[in-house]
Amino acid sequence: MRHDHLITSKHLTRADIEAVLDRAAEIDADPDAVAEKYAGSLLGLLFFEPSTRTKMSFETAMKRLGGDIVDMGSVESSSVKKGETLADTVRVIAGYADALVVRHPRQGAATMASEFVDVPLINAGDGAGHHPSQTLLDLYTIRENAGLDDLSVGIMGDLKYGRTVHSLAYALAKFDVHQHFISPESLQLPREVVYDLHQEGASVREHDALEDVLASLDVLYVTRIQRERFPDENEYQKIAGEYQIDLETLEGAQDDLTVMHPLPRVDEIDPAIDDTDHAAYFEQAHNGVPVRMALLDMFLGGERQ
Amino acid sequence: MSGDDHELRVSKIRDGTVIDHVRGGQALNVLAILGIDGSEDEEVSVGMNVPSDRLARKDIVKVSGRELSQEEVDVLSLIAPDATINIVRDYEVASKHRVERPAEVEGVLTCPNATCITTGDEPVTSRFDVLDDGVRCAYCETIVRESIAELIDSR
Repeated sequence: MRHDHLITSKHLTRADIEAVLDRAAEIDADPDAVAEKYAGSLLGLLFFEPSTRTKMSFETAMKRLGGDIVDMGSVESSSVKKGETLADTVRVIAGYADALVVRHPRQGAATMASEFVDVPLINAGDGAGHHPSQTLLDLYTIRENAGLDDLSVGIMGDLKYGRTVHSLAYALAKFDVHQHFISPESLQLPREVVYDLHQEGASVREHDALEDVLASLDVLYVTRIQRERFPDENEYQKIAGEYQIDLETLEGAQDDLTVMHPLPRVDEIDPAIDDTDHAAYFEQAHNGVPVRMALLDMFLGGERQ
Repeated sequence: MSGDDHELRVSKIRDGTVIDHVRGGQALNVLAILGIDGSEDEEVSVGMNVPSDRLARKDIVKVSGRELSQEEVDVLSLIAPDATINIVRDYEVASKHRVERPAEVEGVLTCPNATCITTGDEPVTSRFDVLDDGVRCAYCETIVRESIAELIDSR
């Protein structure tokens, strides 16, 4: 990989992405081969906002590599509560650990934090900005289910504040993928992201209704429309209902449509879809471990035995 | 009446900098960038909405006793991309050049994104990449195309 840190998928080349996915596939196939590879190594987990899957999958990944974690714990129980800056916190924990994973509610937090440390830093979400390790497991899942070229991918829901969406869009732009963004007007993709995608020459179209594009999709990536974004509950109910899918919705889809979701879901995907061949979201979550093992392997020392 | 006649409305200076061809209405923002608020000894003359062959209407700022640094000129270029910088020594123009837009500016603009890490309490200096038609925060990536002057840090 070209960089010492993983801040945004924007800076990953297609070759970088394929290297991580290929390594993840190797590890997935033979996890015992790396079971003790990082014995004695420590990963620092700094989560300044709640996380279940991302945090636990990094923790699991590190332990499956034979290493261990040091966890800052919740913001309430840490020195952040006393007013310590992110810059100071990462500087201190970088002295304890061999790599850091940072989630923070402010955009650009990982970029700034990376300027204060000399160990690898992985961005596990910076506000509405980026979430590149999620993207890598998303891509791994897409590759397993549908391949990564000559593809139509629909991304639906809260595209404005959804960091997983931004990271995924940047990464898909490196492949031969037609991207369709489906959202209410108020939650469209940020103009900055659209600007970048156009600069990359990506194939991008925006829609306000899933039915306009569903039949052409190979993958449908659903995200949660967050209630707290709407000052008016009625307005939320009206909009959210239009972006939920159930078995009836999928009657208009290709038989091999892959449905994904970064989770947690609330009511965007009817549980009746869970038992169909369309559902890939739990597989997607499980893929977080081998993909993050691959990432840690590459950042912690690559070929070190 | 020629453009030169209009320029005479603003008195000549002995030593200092004349910033000419500033887009109409931007003179006060130029002063803000230079940190000039009238509290120091600098003698400043400002011409606003002066007729101009090149810009139709332009502003002129003359600052006595001070030659601008390259950093100041870089930032000026964001709001006055057509400006010419004349360095005056003993009433003569010692050098004259157009501003050039830098690749980035550091520490002079405040990001308008309230959730950007640079607007919190972190020990970080704001940094913006300069685009053809605006600026972009190097941290949160917000693009600003209009009202860039409103982002100037008050010094």
